[in-house]
Amino acid sequence: MESITVKPPIVQIRNLSKSYRRGSQDIPVLMDINFDIGEGDFIALMGPSGSGKSTLLNLLAGIDKADSGQIMIGGVDITSLSETELAGWRSANIGFIFQFYNLIPVLTAFENVELPLLLTRLSRKERREHVETALRLVNLADRMDHYPSQLSGGQQQRVAIARAIITDPVILVADEPTGDLDKVSAIEILNFIDRLNHEFGKTVIMVTHDPRAAEKARLIRHLDKGVLSSG
Amino acid sequence: MFFLTMIIRNAFRHKMRTILTIVGVAIAVLAFGLLRTLVGLWYLGVESSSATRLVTRNSISLVFTLPISYKDRISRVRGIEAVSWGNWFGGVYIDPKNFFPNFAVEPKSYLELYPEFVLSPDQKAAFLLDRKGAVAGRKLAAKYGWKVGDQITLKGTIFPGQWDFILRSIYRGAQKSTDETQFFFHWDYLNETLKKTVPRRADQVGYYMIGVSRPDQAAEVAVSVDRLFRNSLAETLTETEKAFQLGFVSMTEAIMIAIKIVSYVVIVIIMAVAANTMAMTARERLGEYATMKTLGFGARHIAVLVFGESVIISAVGGGMGVLLTFPAAHWIKTALSQYFPIFSVSASTVCLEMLAALIVGVVAALFPTWRGATIGIADGLRRIG
Ligand SMILES: Nc1ncnc2c1ncn2[C@@H]1O[C@H](COP(=O)(O)OP(=O)(O)OP(=O)(O)O)[C@@H](O)[C@H]1O
Ligand SMILES: [Mg+2]
Repeated sequence: MESITVKPPIVQIRNLSKSYRRGSQDIPVLMDINFDIGEGDFIALMGPSGSGKSTLLNLLAGIDKADSGQIMIGGVDITSLSETELAGWRSANIGFIFQFYNLIPVLTAFENVELPLLLTRLSRKERREHVETALRLVNLADRMDHYPSQLSGGQQQRVAIARAIITDPVILVADEPTGDLDKVSAIEILNFIDRLNHEFGKTVIMVTHDPRAAEKARLIRHLDKGVLSSG
Repeated sequence: MFFLTMIIRNAFRHKMRTILTIVGVAIAVLAFGLLRTLVGLWYLGVESSSATRLVTRNSISLVFTLPISYKDRISRVRGIEAVSWGNWFGGVYIDPKNFFPNFAVEPKSYLELYPEFVLSPDQKAAFLLDRKGAVAGRKLAAKYGWKVGDQITLKGTIFPGQWDFILRSIYRGAQKSTDETQFFFHWDYLNETLKKTVPRRADQVGYYMIGVSRPDQAAEVAVSVDRLFRNSLAETLTETEKAFQLGFVSMTEAIMIAIKIVSYVVIVIIMAVAANTMAMTARERLGEYATMKTLGFGARHIAVLVFGESVIISAVGGGMGVLLTFPAAHWIKTALSQYFPIFSVSASTVCLEMLAALIVGVVAALFPTWRGATIGIADGLRRIG
């Protein structure tokens, strides 16, 4: 008997496989992945290009469908959810940070952060308060009315971080969040993500090529040709 | 509210593209409206012809005439209240491009049969008394600056020579749809001149106009009249005025149908253009739609964005097209008054114009909406960067 007092992992991946069809050929991308993530962990997923990192991240964030296997998150098997259920589940449980920020160009920083809250029952006033808090957290309170094109890459990524945490999700997924940034901005962004993990207890799953980024993580997993290894 | 703001900002992201689309829709809607008005007016002209008036002509063709002697036999047919007769004169005023309809008619019976031509009593009396007197419609007189008492000379095409008339009256239409561009004069003047110059063409009538007391008698009277002259030298064909006009312009009806088709083709073309623009726009935004879906938005929201943008653009274009229809119609009325004495845009045409614009907007949004709504999130996100 080992430590029974340990909380069950927040993410449990069992026998997960995914392949893409190209013409008549099946190209396996993920092969029989088994993998747990504890609540409050900060995991870096590394590996060569094309190894399936983004695919794995998308599967456990519920924006892609697996061929077989199970993904239990917080006790819910998300592979069994319908498209609509999955959309609701995502908006409540996952915060997304992308390599290219993925802000909506016609919306201001404020409106971009407000966007996920439109799917909640919050009043206009409550939304405003939440958004202002989030933007203050990423030091952008003075840039609320700027459009993405009026912000630097690092500032845009900070807006994206504010958007990712606005619904207070348990898990943050980040796909190469510093991949498009200069060194200084990259460090700044990593510090924010680190803070969200430390101070706010968010579970962070981050795909990265950058060893400096990986250093911030408590755990590094390597993916190579669809097979996961630790260390 | 949030979505409306987003839709409007999206619509003006590519200002040039949006403006060109709006202008395209506006012009298409304008063209559609003007063509529909033209067709509508033509049918209105046919419809405004009376159901209690018959026209008797030579059964072979309109260019063959009937003897004046038929007049008495026709007027004895039961159910007939009045008989008048006339010839299409085809005179030209100064220049052949000055087209307006002109006829030689038997004045007294003609005016009784056509009460929609309103003459003031003293002008009417003066006209009836003057063998060389003529009457012109109000619009026609205004166009050439004619006043009562003016001498007007027409150059005959069917009846060669210079024909002088004195304008004795200017009529106005009893209804808005009454043609105010006609010109008519005494048939006797034509006939007596012909007796001297080309006797073999005298005493010939282009058509008889017959008034019956009740519309339901028209068919029976027509048959009776034609039976009278069966096997005679000039057999007759009697039709209601409406049928006569339709026959007279059966070629024009083919043109009207063609115009109708063209009016729809214009809309279909702009539909294809708008659909292409919207598809291009949506393709550029697939990444954004995928991002929104990642955040939990559904196909429904994407549809609102795409439809909203498409419908707003075509509604603005449609609105502009409708607004332009009125000055354009006014211009046509002024510049081409001899062909279009009335050219007013009806309420139903305006409704059709807006409907056409709306359909353009909806159809243009169909494919992009389907694309944006069905694209997998992972696929859409891959398009960014
Ligand atoms: N929609 C798709 N259709 C076909 N093949 C795909 C599709 N998406 C991904 N792949 C393939 O799956 C493999 C893994 O892709 P993935 O994006 O997960 O790699 P990655 O590890 O994130 O690479 P990178 O570091 O370059 O981002 C690649 O070989 C890729 O070509
Ligand atoms: Mg990747």
